Amino acid sequence: MELVDRLLKGDKRAAAKLISLVENEDKEASAVLRELYQHTGKTHIVGITGPSGVGKSSLVFGLTKVIRERGKKVGIVAIDPTSRFTGGAILGDRIRMTELSTDEGVFMRSMGTRGHHGGIARATTEAAMVLDAMGMDVVFVETVGAGQSQSMIWECVHTSVLVEMPGMGDEIQALKAGILEIGDIFVVNKGDREGADQLVKELESVAEYKAMEQEWKPPVHVTIATDGQGIEDVVNSIENHLEYLKESGEYQKREEERAKGEFTRTVQDLLLKKAFDGEGSKKKFDELLREVMEKKTDPYSAAEKLLED
Amino acid sequence: MKKIRVLIAKPGLDGHDRGAKVVARALRDAGMEVIYTGLHQTPEMIAEAAIQEDVDVVGLSCLSGAHMTLFPRVVELLREKGAGDILVTAGGIIPDEDVPKLKEAGIAATFGPGTSLKEIIEFHRKNAGK
Repeated sequence: MELVDRLLKGDKRAAAKLISLVENEDKEASAVLRELYQHTGKTHIVGITGPSGVGKSSLVFGLTKVIRERGKKVGIVAIDPTSRFTGGAILGDRIRMTELSTDEGVFMRSMGTRGHHGGIARATTEAAMVLDAMGMDVVFVETVGAGQSQSMIWECVHTSVLVEMPGMGDEIQALKAGILEIGDIFVVNKGDREGADQLVKELESVAEYKAMEQEWKPPVHVTIATDGQGIEDVVNSIENHLEYLKESGEYQKREEERAKGEFTRTVQDLLLKKAFDGEGSKKKFDELLREVMEKKTDPYSAAEKLLED
Repeated sequence: MKKIRVLIAKPGLDGHDRGAKVVARALRDAGMEVIYTGLHQTPEMIAEAAIQEDVDVVGLSCLSGAHMTLFPRVVELLREKGAGDILVTAGGIIPDEDVPKLKEAGIAATFGPGTSLKEIIEFHRKNAGK
């Protein structure tokens, strides 16, 4: 495919068009992904997650600048929520990163969640694949402002960076499962605000717990992303984590998890398509739906019947 | 499913982005994906962002009077980069006599003060992604 050839040469327009193809679930998408897959597996994929307003975009901007100074190329996929009612979205992550637009070695793409849950878009992994094949050394995936359960990012990255800020009532939050469980690196951004020391202590105790179950103890960093403070340390930790993954054999495990996630999601998608879009299946669906609505049958038997053949 | 993607950008030095934000919101509420770049963009930044985001339309807003230099430059850069198919529209304070010149320079539409949001939405629905 011509677009793939252009992508492999580093053509940004081709990269953008390919991401649109997979994002729109275009009929060419699966052919594209099949062709791309063999060119992937070289990029360090890093997730940046945390609640709204903690400074994820500013942090990604800072991290990218430092990594560029170290001579590496960076891809960014930034996700913002799509309105459930209108299907529209304002994608505003570029505002914090405008300086990067004209950097040859950076590619940045904004995505709406388009109804997908878990803090990322359905095509997030595929967009990362495109940037991987393009030859980016590091790809950041920035999630939507994430609460306790938006931890799906873990399935698509090698390293997760969890960003928090002081004053958000995290003493209790730190004890909860979910998002805190996924951090390989903790960042306390807006570190000049009151309560930063306390938050650092709390996150350190979470890190201690994690270190009892695994070899890697998540480091806790304090940053002020808007003026670059503490950013170098976070980049060092990201690089150290990759090294740890490779030396401990954990990298292989995460790759397997990623492959499993991608495979599972694709099967789910194909099944959904089969149930809703396949030939005659729309009719069958509507018939069964009517029966359910008229209480002639129950939703559970009807669902099984729909997927029978 | 394809969605209409629009980049709303503020080239130049003025800091008035109320209009740009109102348009961005209206397009969002019409079901489009709107990428907002923030203030003080150079034409180079805008063209690059438009390409990486694979948008159908770039909406430019400028209230400083520098539109005759900045807007055509965005069109020029997009063409140079092989992305001349991306539509460029213009809003802000644009004197009537400049409108034909902007059209000649490749601006697809101008939406001056008083334009209804409905008109802007309809333009996008009709012309985007062709």
